[in-house]
Order: sequence, then C-alpha cells, then structure tokens
Amino acid sequence: MVLCCACCGLTAALLPGQPVAIYHHLFGNGRRGAEGMDDLSEKNRKEDRQDVNGANPDWGGGFGLSCADVRHIDASEIAEAVYKLCMKVTCVLPPENIAALERAMEEEKSPQGRQALARILENHRLAGELMQPACQDTGIAVVFIELGQDVHVCGGDLNQAIDEGVRRGYSEAYLRKSVVHDPLFGRVNTKDNTPAIVHLQMVPGCSLKITVVAKGGGAENMSGLAMLTPASGVEGVRNFVVDQVRKAGPNACPPVIVGVGVGGNFETVAFLAKKALIRPVGERNPNPKYAALEEELLREINGLGIGPQGFGGSVTALAVHIEAYPCHIASLPVAVNLNCHVAPHSTVIL
Amino acid sequence: MTIKIETPLSDSVVSSLRAGDEVSVSGVMYIARDAAHKRLVSLIESGEALPFDPRGQIIYYAGPTPPKPGQVIGSVGPTTSGRMDPYTIPLLELGLKGMIGKGYRSAAVRKGLIEHRAVYFAAIGGAGVLAGQCMKSAKPIAYEELGPEALWRVEAEDFPAFVVYDAYGGDLYEEGTSKYRVC
Repeated sequence: MVLCCACCGLTAALLPGQPVAIYHHLFGNGRRGAEGMDDLSEKNRKEDRQDVNGANPDWGGGFGLSCADVRHIDASEIAEAVYKLCMKVTCVLPPENIAALERAMEEEKSPQGRQALARILENHRLAGELMQPACQDTGIAVVFIELGQDVHVCGGDLNQAIDEGVRRGYSEAYLRKSVVHDPLFGRVNTKDNTPAIVHLQMVPGCSLKITVVAKGGGAENMSGLAMLTPASGVEGVRNFVVDQVRKAGPNACPPVIVGVGVGGNFETVAFLAKKALIRPVGERNPNPKYAALEEELLREINGLGIGPQGFGGSVTALAVHIEAYPCHIASLPVAVNLNCHVAPHSTVIL
Repeated sequence: MTIKIETPLSDSVVSSLRAGDEVSVSGVMYIARDAAHKRLVSLIESGEALPFDPRGQIIYYAGPTPPKPGQVIGSVGPTTSGRMDPYTIPLLELGLKGMIGKGYRSAAVRKGLIEHRAVYFAAIGGAGVLAGQCMKSAKPIAYEELGPEALWRVEAEDFPAFVVYDAYGGDLYEEGTSKYRVC
C-alpha cells in the first residue's frame, strides 16, 4: 500500500505495523529550517507545506548516513546497549536538567523552595558520584527505538532483546523493580522490571537509535488528555495545560517538566506528550508560534505559586515542551504528560 | 529553624507542630506503600493483629531501591501519599500519629488528622539518595514477597521533612501556594 502524506506530499509504502506515513513528523527527522533556498517561489511553496513542527518537506535522510546495503545489527548488541543505558539512566542525569535546576535556584523566591532545590541538587550530585538512583522510583522502562529502514535486526527478537537489557540493567544497577504482571488481577511484581514499554518507529537510514526513559509513576499519574473542539483554540489548550499542572500540585514532584501533545488523534496526542519529554530540557519547538506558546505557558504555570515540592514558590516548572501534529477538521486533541525534576532519560545511536 | 522530633510521637509533640514547620525525625519508622497498606487494612477489618503496633508511630510512604552491598537501604524518597488515603483512617483509629510522603491528602484524611490528633509531613520527592543516608538500620518485617512494596522497620537519624497538614487544619500547600500565586 502506498500513502501520500497530507502535509508534505511524501509518498511512502505502508507496511503492516509500521506507521511509515507519519514517522517523519512524530520523530522530527528532516527538521530543518527553510533557509538557504535560492528560488523564492520554491521557498514559498515549501513553507506553505511546512508542518506544525517547522519541518520542511525535504526528505530527512535519517541520521545523515547513506548506505548501499542493508546493515545487520545483532539483537545481542541491542540488548547490550539497553543494558548500558539502564545502568546509568537513573544515576547520571542529563546535564541540561542540572543546569535548569541551578537556574531555578537563582530564580526561586521562596526560602522553602530554595531549600528544597538545594537538597535536590545535592541529591542529584551524590547520585552521579555514588552511581545510585537519584530517586527510588526507577520507573517502568519506556524505550523509544528509531529503526533505520536499511537495518536488519538479526540473531533474535527485538522486543526480547530490549527486555533482556532492561532485566540485566535493573538487576545489576540495583534499580527498583516496579512492574506488576497484570494491572487489575493479582498485581504480582514481575521482579525484573520487564516488560518494557517499546515505541518502535521506522526512519530512513541504517542506524538504530535507542532512548531509555525510566518513567516514574508519581508524575505519570498526573497526566491528562482532552479531546477539545477546534473552537477551543489556543485558549482551550492553554487552559487545559495550566489546569492539569495546577491539579498535579505537589504530587508530581515539582519543579516539573511539562510535556504537551497537540493534534493528531486520541493515541497520537498522548505519544506526542511523552515524546516532548525526551527533548533536552528547555530546548524550544522549532516552530516560532509553538516556541512562543511554550514560553507563555511556562510563565503562566510558574505564576501558579505551587513552587518546588508544592511548598509555595515561583518555580513550578523547569520547561514546557510542545509537540504538535496535523489533525482532523473536527478535532483538537491535547495531552499533558509530566516529568518530575529527575526526568531520567538517556540515548545511544548504534 | 529545624525542630528535632523523635518517634514514637507523643500527643504533646504532635500538638506543638504547625504547618510549615521544618522538622528532622529520628527513631523508628515503618515504611509501607500501596500493597502493604491494602494488607494492613484487610488485617484490621478481619480483627487480626498487625505486624507492628501503630500507636504513636510514623509510617513513611516509600518503596526503596535494593541496597548495594554494604548499604543499609537503597534510595528511599517519598511516594505520592494520596494513593494511601483509602487506607489511612483505620490506621489513625489505631493510634498512628504521623505519616511522611509527598502530595495532597483527601479531605477525609485531613479531617482524620484533626480528630485523631496526628500530623502529615512531606519529604523531598526525588531526593532518594539523601533520604537513604538518614537510615541507620533497615529491615523488612513483613510482605517481603511484594518486593519494593514490603513493610520495613527503619531507624532514622535526622530525617528532614516539612509539616504539611497539622492537627489543627493548617495546610502548607495552600498557604505556600497562595503566597506566591500571581495569577
């Protein structure tokens, strides 16, 4: 089956289980500005078709590699990579998270808020030094896989390889095993933190990118999704996002990182909100309109007064990240997924 | 100024605490979260004895990471307390005097704190390494098959926490937020 993407005209074959027609938006490959084009009419034509993330319709080309042949990656290499990511993801936090917390320390007006931030910074420093999880909630492992379409995974099952990496990593790094086998009946701990939640997407190229997010339950429980109507517009989205953070209050371990999905449909908008959380903290959406909305939402959220740990203060969120996607004429889906200040995630490209 | 308190908590200590107070807690505490609470309350409902006497005690809502060799306990920051709301009143009725966690409690629990003269504290969510370093001993005393949800007895030394809901209806979350709210 061949599909033509509505917003950029990309033609792609749709294979069973592989959402080829949408991946270049959801994963942002080919996200480049429209500068550097000589022909103005060509530029305008392309800008007209620019998608909500500011990506132009030029084909992305994966990670900049080109390959003549299919590349083979053994499943055991994937297991090893996931294992190594799990070993460090909850102990060594992304430097931009630490930098954002240090900025928060300078900006926070409340003495109790500053005290909470000082302890958090000290805790995160010790976590890296001792290679001990910063937070006891080392999460359910959410694993994003961007699989180059010229890659052949051989020597085993991809999902089993990911679970093997999680199993070994969570055991050897002394992480908490926080997964139960059935949500309703029995709720018996699987004792090895498997299965992971895997988001597999095909991308151009011959690389395999793995991002492990150790997603804790406290902030995750404060997520929300609404199917707004188009008439609600920017105002409706703004009210929903701010209200969601207000309701979360101290529960999500503020200062939080607010992941927002807008557009798509019911399941896609939730995925977008989650994906927004793996963007480096504070990096703006490349589309200036969405970047401005991110800053506006951050100001409004920090005006709620919740503050670090909910003790009252001027820094409730470290960042707001929005990911958007085209949607149906009848719809305006919006989703909020929160990350606590620990926000552990780590990436490797094979 | 930090107020040093020791467990078990007496009525006079509980009565002296106010929302917003910073405390450091020393002495025995019990660590329990969702699944352990479900079992504790089911024992109470069937009239059976609990694995520990809750009179005057503090329950710390947490589920630690496994200890590394040589450690007393792993990382052990607080978990979200609201999930334990449905199990809290029966424990307060048996004399529980304190709970440490993070986040909001229900109106029923806040009322229960006033009626039973008890207090709810918040520890710093996400600061699991520092919390673990305050534990001088730690031992699972029941429900080990629940893994991270086992019931633990720990001895804390200068464990830092803030009084969120006191025994008079004081509410640090509300007071703090209203002070810094600008919209």
